[in-house]
Amino acid sequence: MGTTWTWFHRFGSPPHVYRLAGILTPWFAWPAAILIITGLYAGLVLAPPDYQQGEGFRIIYVHAPSAWLSVMIYAVMATAAGIGLIWRMKVAHAAAASCAAIGAWFTVVSLVTGMLWGKPMWGTYWVWDPRLTAQLVLLFLYLGYIALRAGIDDLGRADRASAVLALVGVVNLPIIRYSVEWWNSIHQAPSVMKMDKPSMPIEMLAPLLMMLVGLSLYFAAVLLVRLRAEILNRERQASWIKEVVE
Amino acid sequence: MSEFFAMGGYAAFLWPAYAITLLAIIVNVVNARRALQQAREQARRRIATSSEGQSS
Repeated sequence: MGTTWTWFHRFGSPPHVYRLAGILTPWFAWPAAILIITGLYAGLVLAPPDYQQGEGFRIIYVHAPSAWLSVMIYAVMATAAGIGLIWRMKVAHAAAASCAAIGAWFTVVSLVTGMLWGKPMWGTYWVWDPRLTAQLVLLFLYLGYIALRAGIDDLGRADRASAVLALVGVVNLPIIRYSVEWWNSIHQAPSVMKMDKPSMPIEMLAPLLMMLVGLSLYFAAVLLVRLRAEILNRERQASWIKEVVE
Repeated sequence: MSEFFAMGGYAAFLWPAYAITLLAIIVNVVNARRALQQAREQARRRIATSSEGQSS
């Protein structure tokens, strides 16, 4: 119990989180860069063409990881917002606020890359399919979260109101995940994130996993940099700021 | 080489998909670094003005 509270206290302490984030960033950024570059090369050059979709299937190497990232970032954002709301932890609110713009970006990427895949494969850029619609709702949740924060001047109120929105929006995550199973979706069922054997040969699967892990580490690195900026902007009066910016 | 860029006829869909992904990756790094730089700059300025106020 004692150690749990010490741990909790340290993670609520802005100067500690600021310094730790600075130390950790390169440990995420470099493996991310290596995995993404290797994954892109392997996906574009080494992986064999698909027997049905030819070379066009290679869009999966940017589409699936960005779609995964858009959902994972939302889960991280909502978790941080929930911690901020329940334990009144300012650093958690700062982390949640730092997630939104990154998440919105990768939601757009997943939608656009999906459309670019849909046109040659389905014959259309867009259909009002459950999976596609739920992903569009995710984008609106991110944009709503950003707009709500921007619209409230008082930081404490902005934190609480946006946290409630983030938590309500969590309902959308299982809808995205299971939409292809619950409804007759045009979108194909997951081919990697399954409990049984993945339905892909290893030469095709490896680049996908590299991109998945690489982009997840990339997100962690970008989040840590944004979090430090957010903490500095919030801790205007604190004396420790002087030591870290000079 | 040109065969690689043709991507079996999918070039018009595949390369824009990779381009927007790379754009997002780069833009998010640039934005995050800029945000941190600005935050540090502002903090430095605040400290400078508050210490001037104390010395006078």
